[in-house]
Amino acid sequence: MDSGDFMGVLPELIVVVTALLAILADVASKGRNPSAAQGVTVLGLAVAAAVALISPSEQTMLMAGQLFNDGFSAWFRALFAVAGLATAIFSPLYLTHRKIRLGEYYSLLAMCVFGMMVMSAAANLLLFFVGLETMSIALYVLVSFRRDDAASVEGGLKYLVLGAFSSAFLLYGMALIYGGIGSLDYVAIGEALRQSDGIGPMTVTGIGLLLVGFAFKVSAVPFHFWSPDVYEGAPTTITAFMSTGAKAAAFVGLIRVFGVALILTSEHWTTALSVMAALTMTVGNFVALRQTSVKRMLAYSSIAHAGYLLVGIVAGTPQAFAAAGFYLIGYALMNLGAFGVLMLINQRGKGDYSFESLRGMGTVYPVLGLMMSVFMFSLIGIPPTAGFFGKLYVFSAAIEQGHLWLVIIGLLNSAVAAYYYLKVVSTMFMAKPEGDVAISQPFAYKAVLAISSLLIIVIGLFPDQLVTAMLRAVP
Amino acid sequence: MPDVLHNNSLIVFLILTAGVAAVVGLFVALTIFLGPKKPNEIKDAPFESGFVSKTDATQPFPIKYYLVAILFVVFDIEVAFLYPWAVSFREIGAIGLTSMVVFIAILAVGLYYAVKKRVLEWK
Repeated sequence: MDSGDFMGVLPELIVVVTALLAILADVASKGRNPSAAQGVTVLGLAVAAAVALISPSEQTMLMAGQLFNDGFSAWFRALFAVAGLATAIFSPLYLTHRKIRLGEYYSLLAMCVFGMMVMSAAANLLLFFVGLETMSIALYVLVSFRRDDAASVEGGLKYLVLGAFSSAFLLYGMALIYGGIGSLDYVAIGEALRQSDGIGPMTVTGIGLLLVGFAFKVSAVPFHFWSPDVYEGAPTTITAFMSTGAKAAAFVGLIRVFGVALILTSEHWTTALSVMAALTMTVGNFVALRQTSVKRMLAYSSIAHAGYLLVGIVAGTPQAFAAAGFYLIGYALMNLGAFGVLMLINQRGKGDYSFESLRGMGTVYPVLGLMMSVFMFSLIGIPPTAGFFGKLYVFSAAIEQGHLWLVIIGLLNSAVAAYYYLKVVSTMFMAKPEGDVAISQPFAYKAVLAISSLLIIVIGLFPDQLVTAMLRAVP
Repeated sequence: MPDVLHNNSLIVFLILTAGVAAVVGLFVALTIFLGPKKPNEIKDAPFESGFVSKTDATQPFPIKYYLVAILFVVFDIEVAFLYPWAVSFREIGAIGLTSMVVFIAILAVGLYYAVKKRVLEWK
């Protein structure tokens, strides 16, 4: 490990130190006041995001070939830190409302970000698995953080059991791939496949199991059953974090493993993946249509978005992966924003995240209403927003590879999705507000919402810069 | 012999699976059909080192047992890492030393946290 290695993993080191300092800050405050831990986490994650973005990202390997130090890992390390940062800023409002005063929350959040960073940079299946487990174990605890709430504990338990189950699939797949190809290293696997003619049944089985494990993690249909319950039971801040950060981390892993290392075996899994993509889009959207809770609706809509992203993986070209990266960044911004507005409004009343809770709030708070409209339009994919260009790039990359039917299904689904996203906007503006409408709007909280909605518009107006950066970054 | 059967690990795997399933299935079936069945109360009781069980095992435990068990796992793993490190101390040199210091420092934070949370006080 030389100084180059050290500089390369600087964002990860900062996040680990942040997690440790957060827990020490909590102990110093005798566990009564989590704001010290929150401050440390916000600061640490902001520094980590900045370092990840400015650090040189030449196509090199770190730690004796264990980690990629390319543009993709730089962008996504920054994205995970930003998602954690936004969650940490959203959290005090939610936690105070639910009377949770535990600083460990922020420490676990930082550990989660660390796991995601390792997942996105790993160049070895086992290291990827270690990152995945670091993220997942922290998430199991965070999901069940409302210990006195049955839904939260149920969600945590379901996530633990099914997460462990899917990890077993992943591990078994890795073991069989190691048996069949002789390496766990992404680069070595790609090299071995290039030199061999065809692969044996053991490797095919391994790839299948790996695909199932990944499908669990990105909640693709038919492996999605855990996600609505977990997303609904988890504290809403964690739902926002999981549906953006954890999903993006799993997708980066999917791109690196299937899109790069195993791309020469694509004849064995493209059909399975495209059927999964079609099912994921359709089931996610049609079930989201019927939800009465906006939180659960957003949970199903995140399943649908995983479907659009899978179309990009099916296409399997560097252009498609760049488009998927673009989509993941845009999706993180819009989904975090949508959950942010939702939580802000649900401080009052029953706080049940129903559509009724949003009634008329756009007329009472026009800025909030406007920002929510930006997030919703972006989730539908209406120009000029980041969501539109994300879909455009992913679908055009798929058409180039001849997956026209998938794109048609995707477009039909986008039209269906417009109904429930627009229902949010129309409830906020077209209905009369009921009861007490006073809500507190902390400055930092509103700043995060404002920045993310502005970024969505800016990316929508000037998509070229980001997509060029992604094309340069793609592994 | 057709070529597909020759030196094919999948065929070997399938034959082994079938063989294991057949033998295990045979013994289970024989036990079910041939074994005498004379149940009584002592036979049906769960076996616990020869002691007669008094109550149901699914009752709440004091949480302090779990905390001690978790701490034990953490420091047990620390020892598991320390031992090979100590054996190969000369070979891995400065990198090994720094890695180990970082590792122990992280665990020390954990121990400090546990002490401050009064996990180690048995009351």
